[in-house]
Amino acid sequence: MAELEAGATKGPQRPRPISPHLQIYRPMLTMMMSIVHRITGAALYFGMLLLAWWLIAAASGPNAYANVEWFMGSLIGRVVLFGYTWALIHHTLGGIRHLIWDTLHGLEPAERELLTLATIVGSVSLTLVIWIVGYMAMGGPR
Amino acid sequence: MIGERPNEMRTPMRRVRGLGAAHAGTKDFWHQRVTAVAGIPLTIAAVVIVIALLGRSHAAVVQILGSPIVAIIMLLFIINTAYHMWIGMQEIILDYVHEDKVKLATLMANTFFCFAVAFASAFAILKLSFGV
Repeated sequence: MAELEAGATKGPQRPRPISPHLQIYRPMLTMMMSIVHRITGAALYFGMLLLAWWLIAAASGPNAYANVEWFMGSLIGRVVLFGYTWALIHHTLGGIRHLIWDTLHGLEPAERELLTLATIVGSVSLTLVIWIVGYMAMGGPR
Repeated sequence: MIGERPNEMRTPMRRVRGLGAAHAGTKDFWHQRVTAVAGIPLTIAAVVIVIALLGRSHAAVVQILGSPIVAIIMLLFIINTAYHMWIGMQEIILDYVHEDKVKLATLMANTFFCFAVAFASAFAILKLSFGV
């Protein structure tokens, strides 16, 4: 309001009308998932450092590899890896949804809501499945 | 934008062709889709490989990661992902960074980061494959 009044005192130089931005709209699932797609993409961008660290450690020798294993096995490491898994799956499913939309399919209101819901439900379920399989492959939690 | 420069002789088509915020037209848009499609099977394969290696000894991990099929899949995953994330981060930067010098610096940093991650990871896999 202060800007409006200040602008008004200058006569004809009133502030230009601006188009509505994010905070104006009611949050919707499609919109939230669009934002999450970008956030998970950015997180995975830096997450590639973890993969690089793991590969370089494996190539460096047993001691370097033991350090990575220690970190990945720690509580913080597991939380990071769990988040990494979810971000990877979510971004992949979100990407598939975008590829479907690129073909102009699934854009009707009910369809796009369903696809978006499937992304989040699918990413959470698949992440849990991957971790259960992962723990089974390792012979149980430890 | 249109009508901003009334004396502009070029048509909107001429200005759009080959340009856009990154001065690269729709090439990045298309390459992002190509790497996205390639990324689906490669991501699944990479996740399976990582799960299969969980909890194994260093010697076993070296042997499996260095075997030709696994190494080729991991190399493809890394190069494809690095290109995909290079385009993606560029898009984020172009959306939010508007000051020319900062934009140039962050775009450069993005390129350096993606090349460094890709080459470091690829080198590690090649070293595991070829030994020494």
